[in-house]
Amino acid sequence: MEMNIFQIIWFVLWGVLWAVYFALDGFDLGAGSLLYFLGKDEKERRVIYQAVGPFWDGNEVWLITAGGATFAAFPTAYAVMFSALYTPLLLLLFSLIIRGVAVEYRNKHESPSWRAFWDFLFFLGSLLPALLLGVAFANIFKGVPINEKGLLQTNLLGLLNPFGLLGGLLFVFCFATHGALWVAFKASSPLSERAASLAKKTWVITLLLVIIFWAASFVTTNLWENYKKAPILAVFPLLAAICYLTVPVFLNKESYFKAWAASALTIVFFTAWGVAGLFPNILPSSIDPAYSLTIFNSSSSPLTLKIMTTVAVIFVPIVLAYTFWAYKTFSYKITEKDIAY
Amino acid sequence: MDVLLASRLQFAAAAMFHFLFVPLTLGLSFLTAIYQTLWLKTGDEDYKRAARFWGKLFLINFGLGVVTGITLEFQFGTNWRFYSQYVGDVFGSLLAIEATLAFFLESTFIAVWWFGWGRINPKINTLAIWLTAIASNISALWILLANGWMQHPVGYVIRNGRAELESFTAVLTNSFAWWEFLHTVPAAYILSGFFVLGVSAWHLLRKNETSLFKKSFKVAAIWTMIFSLYLIVEGHIHGAEVAEKQPTKLAAMEAHWETEKGASWTLFAIPDEENERNSLEIIKVPKVLSLLAFHDPEAEVKGLKEWPKEERPPVALTFFSFRIMVALGFLFGLLSILAFLKRNQPETSPRLLKVLIWNIPLPYIAAQAGWMVAEVGRQPWIVYGLMKTKDAVSPLSSVQVGLSLPAFIIVYGILGVICFWLIAHHAKKGPEPAENISVKPATETL
Ligand code: HDD
Ligand code: HEM
Ligand code: HEM
Repeated sequence: MEMNIFQIIWFVLWGVLWAVYFALDGFDLGAGSLLYFLGKDEKERRVIYQAVGPFWDGNEVWLITAGGATFAAFPTAYAVMFSALYTPLLLLLFSLIIRGVAVEYRNKHESPSWRAFWDFLFFLGSLLPALLLGVAFANIFKGVPINEKGLLQTNLLGLLNPFGLLGGLLFVFCFATHGALWVAFKASSPLSERAASLAKKTWVITLLLVIIFWAASFVTTNLWENYKKAPILAVFPLLAAICYLTVPVFLNKESYFKAWAASALTIVFFTAWGVAGLFPNILPSSIDPAYSLTIFNSSSSPLTLKIMTTVAVIFVPIVLAYTFWAYKTFSYKITEKDIAY
Repeated sequence: MDVLLASRLQFAAAAMFHFLFVPLTLGLSFLTAIYQTLWLKTGDEDYKRAARFWGKLFLINFGLGVVTGITLEFQFGTNWRFYSQYVGDVFGSLLAIEATLAFFLESTFIAVWWFGWGRINPKINTLAIWLTAIASNISALWILLANGWMQHPVGYVIRNGRAELESFTAVLTNSFAWWEFLHTVPAAYILSGFFVLGVSAWHLLRKNETSLFKKSFKVAAIWTMIFSLYLIVEGHIHGAEVAEKQPTKLAAMEAHWETEKGASWTLFAIPDEENERNSLEIIKVPKVLSLLAFHDPEAEVKGLKEWPKEERPPVALTFFSFRIMVALGFLFGLLSILAFLKRNQPETSPRLLKVLIWNIPLPYIAAQAGWMVAEVGRQPWIVYGLMKTKDAVSPLSSVQVGLSLPAFIIVYGILGVICFWLIAHHAKKGPEPAENISVKPATETL
């Protein structure tokens, strides 16, 4: 019994880590994917870089921690999932590599072709991760064809099924909205207004995509089973919907930070919807539920889980505290002086 | 292509590439923090500009350190599936704790430091660079506890068909891991110290910003000498630890084939693995190997023939790497003493300055060689004595790794060239003028 409690705690924490990762890295990936659409001249592009510059690395650490926590708490799931999704995962990592280097190096040398080169990599390295994460998670929600040995019985193309692609598009537009809201908040006029009006458009597209995605999930996934068993879980999709609907309200009032925060909460609750539907699976098998990796058949020993819980209880609040402080410190509007570097 | 071989090459390429950037991060962060603190203490503008100058080089290097670390974190799952499954209960938590304790701190405060100039109180700004430096070194400790566990597994039991954690304390107090920490981190400080000395020397020879670079030189000279001399002593103790815990590695490091008492030490040899002997040996000193490894001239040192061929590591690579590292270690000891003696008037010794410029790449070579000794010398084990590398590899198709390995080499190759070019470019450009660096008056609060 004690075992089950720690496994459940770590399943919840696993979901939290992914949710925070999407909500945070989502905006810098989104801003990057809009580089060409928002930044009309060199000055505006610099503002976009400046808007993500202090944050992207800290945000990406949530991904590293989500990966590390999967390894520590559910080593079998980590081993099977990452080797089964080898090609998409490496594509994701390479995209994130070029994205990170682009942010760091773009303004370290004065030359138009140098900048154009990194701008393109920044755009690509922001768009691709959003797409790949969406495809990956839609496939995880749906279940992937892994056999009794945990071997994937399909290839990369098999993951690009309609539901997977829908998930990819959803992530791209959702992150784009999220990023545009952040730029609207950090930049000043006219970039700020342009970002806000773009956010309104991508907001509508995202809404349509979510509706299709939710409708399709009734047919293609088993995510709603848990909701039948425990209707209380419905608070997650409900809160996601409410937060999402408040985004345009704040947008119209030009309260861009609040609009961004509402968008962040939407992402958190939307992730919670998916993860709650997944329980107790981490990687469901579409061949036979018996081959699925669950928190029960893939977790670490009770001792390891206990130690990890202690570490998380002490350090996650500390991390959240200084992350919060850093966001507050850097929540100013970007000025001419800031983009001089 | 053979999946095992390709995965090994891919891991080696990714890890060694990561470790091209790690050492400078570990050391230059502290040196930058020291310069910035000296500015706060003395108000000397030279130190402020030095902190910005070295900090910028640190930042360029840091970028690649970060992005190459991420692939490593995920490669245990992608390429070493059975390893992750078998030892994840012990090993995974160390990586997760590293991320929680160190990476968040490091990535947050590096941004606070760089973007905080002119925005936040200089005292808090200085604290931020110290926190970055400390966090990097905490990260090194945890990753080396993980690596040390692979070198010398402790605190586990075999249960449920895998290695499960039995004593976390034993894992945290693993002597092998601590010796690795006490060796790798100072090695990184040496590399960073010589980097500062070399770049300063370049400017001093050109009589460029002499006052600033003399000050940089002095601090780095003291720093580098302390760690260079320390490392020679520690390296020796470290070798004795290897002799005790990993006798096959020691035998390979010394190309020592026959088990014997009072074993002699060979300065240089050409190992002939086919015929299980050395085809050439230069300068053999009786009893010294026994003395070095076990502090007893008559002690027995096991030779490679003690183990079946398939349990021996590649001898030549281990042996040569070890010789290169140690030779460079003694060179660094000597060079750092010379730099220390000239710390107050380095501009008077142009020859020493030239040597210091050419010396910049050598600590990189020593550090890479060190990892070759540690990792190649551990083969054929992925976890020494517990799991073989060949049993750890993921069931991937040869197409998958056949594509990813060249992708790693090409992408990393290009990024590496760009990074080092950018570092060289900014190193030569020299520090910014003082008026470009905005500082918030210390009287204002946040
Ligand atoms: C002795 C030091 C050392 C060693 C052996 C390693 N690393 Fe490392 N790593 C660091 C020292 C370090 C660092 C100094 O802390 C870095 C370098 C640049 C940086 O930002 O932090 C870092 C960065 C870094 C990052 C990015 C952190 C961020 O985003 O801020 C990850 C995910 C890893 N490492 C993971 C690994 C893994 C899985 C390794 C082993 C296979 C490894 N490192 C070997
Ligand atoms: C950054 C510093 C490191 C360098 C330069 C390095 C170097 C290497 C090299 C050269 C190999 C290939 C050995 C061979 O195939 O013969 C290797 C393999 C490996 N190392 Fe390391 N290593 C480093 C850090 C680590 C750490 C910290 C860990 C564990 C936490 C680790 C785990 C492994 C694993 C899993 C392999 C693959 C299996 C193998 O081929 O041996 N390495 N490393
Ligand atoms: C002066 C003499 C030196 C001695 C006697 C020495 C000794 C050793 C030994 C015995 C190992 C293998 C430990 C293992 O297998 O885990 C090692 C590894 C290593 N050495 Fe050295 N070393 C010396 C100098 C240096 C220098 C100058 C550098 C770099 C600047 C360096 C960097 C490394 C690194 C990065 C490793 C791998 C990590 C580790 O195992 O700690 N060493 N050294």
